[in-house]
Amino acid sequence: MEKTLLFPFTKDKLKDLRAGDSVLITGTIYTARDAAHARIVDMIEKGEDLPFKIEDSIIYYVGPTPAKPGMPIGSAGPTTSYRMDAYAPTLLDMGQAAMIGKGERSPAVWDAVVRNNAVYFAAIGGVGALIAKCVIDSEIIAFEDLGAEAVRKLTVKELPVTVVIDSQGNDLYKIGRERYLKSVEEKQDKIK
Amino acid sequence: MRQLSVKKITKAIKEMAIETNCSLTADVRDRIFEAEKSEPFPVAKNILGKIHENILIAEENKMPLCQDTGMACVFLEIGQDVHFTGGSLEDAINEGVRQGYEEGYLRKSVVKDPLRRENTGDNTPASITFKLVEGDKVRIVFAPKGFGSENMSRIAMLPPSAGAEGVKEFVVNACADAGANPCPPIVVGVGIGGTFDKVALLAKEALLEPIDKPSSDPYYRDLENELLDMINALGIGPQGLGGGTTALAVRIKTAPTHIAGLPVAVNINCHVSRHGERIL
Repeated sequence: MEKTLLFPFTKDKLKDLRAGDSVLITGTIYTARDAAHARIVDMIEKGEDLPFKIEDSIIYYVGPTPAKPGMPIGSAGPTTSYRMDAYAPTLLDMGQAAMIGKGERSPAVWDAVVRNNAVYFAAIGGVGALIAKCVIDSEIIAFEDLGAEAVRKLTVKELPVTVVIDSQGNDLYKIGRERYLKSVEEKQDKIK
Repeated sequence: MRQLSVKKITKAIKEMAIETNCSLTADVRDRIFEAEKSEPFPVAKNILGKIHENILIAEENKMPLCQDTGMACVFLEIGQDVHFTGGSLEDAINEGVRQGYEEGYLRKSVVKDPLRRENTGDNTPASITFKLVEGDKVRIVFAPKGFGSENMSRIAMLPPSAGAEGVKEFVVNACADAGANPCPPIVVGVGIGGTFDKVALLAKEALLEPIDKPSSDPYYRDLENELLDMINALGIGPQGLGGGTTALAVRIKTAPTHIAGLPVAVNINCHVSRHGERIL
């Protein structure tokens, strides 16, 4: 079922989202991947001011290609999420609403999603040109020295994602595969 | 001796960096489109449709298919009757990478040191493999390699007693454990034999083979097909959300090995399985 999620991304808007839902996100989100996560968590430990408010934020794990002239951004698909697993629980415990990435998460991240009523979304990996069309505006707000890994504030319109881990703890990577294998089994039973 | 200016190498590398990142070779493209048609699971079919759409958008706008425009893997087969002029061949290759990644608006994803991790800013150095062959031509293969899939690759030194069954188990487990991470549907490059270093290269070279031309050796053609069926039976599906299309192809490359060993390596590529070839 296709749902929409509009800025601001307060927790009450996430609670009815379920693993398997297709969601179109519209509003302001922030980009951060490996190096930016390491720096943000380091800043948190030192009590420094952060580049953006973590509470109710959506963080997109992406390092885009450089924008061509006249374009807000280059190709911008998700990077693999498990590399952010070491940092994600800290941010989720600070009230982060959702993460967008791809691939399985650690049990610690799963726990933190459930504990905080957050959501883990997946975007389709390797369709960077398609996703770029949903980005209306992009501005580097921190760590410019990191190049592609800098923190960007993105304005997105109808960014297509799928709920993978919901606040109830359902995990689409398990459910999806089971559903498919069951459908194959049912077909084979019919043939028999 | 045929004289060949390294400037021609730079120009070729620059152009190939841009071309390979913005469009797929026909074999990969066709296989994805076929999978979209034949995939029985609706979720999976829908994702393959989006991958199809992305291929068309990237081609039309000359923009990268994926934001991970990779580490530049360059393979040079150099005819032994070629004499390079005008400077260092390695510098010329890296200059081509530098120009291509800048002019093509490609992402610079290389760090100078694996632990201190400072970005080099121009995607150099390339990972270069030289091979000397007969003749007076130079064959260049350019393959940008994303690390979402590279990170899921594996190597093992199996005992010879493990045999074909041991190899199958190792390859299928590598794909099962990779799950959604390497952006399935994947292309699986398998190296068998050689030495510890050689087998990894074989697996990488297997990814450069056209996926619509199976092994010329019937024994390995059967093994490729059997592995493909086994991997697709896992049900991981496109993006790991379930489906019949977990892998687009399995390619195997082999080499003679020692009486005491059975090295095996798996190098995984995502559905954006990019490479291009030129002969100078």
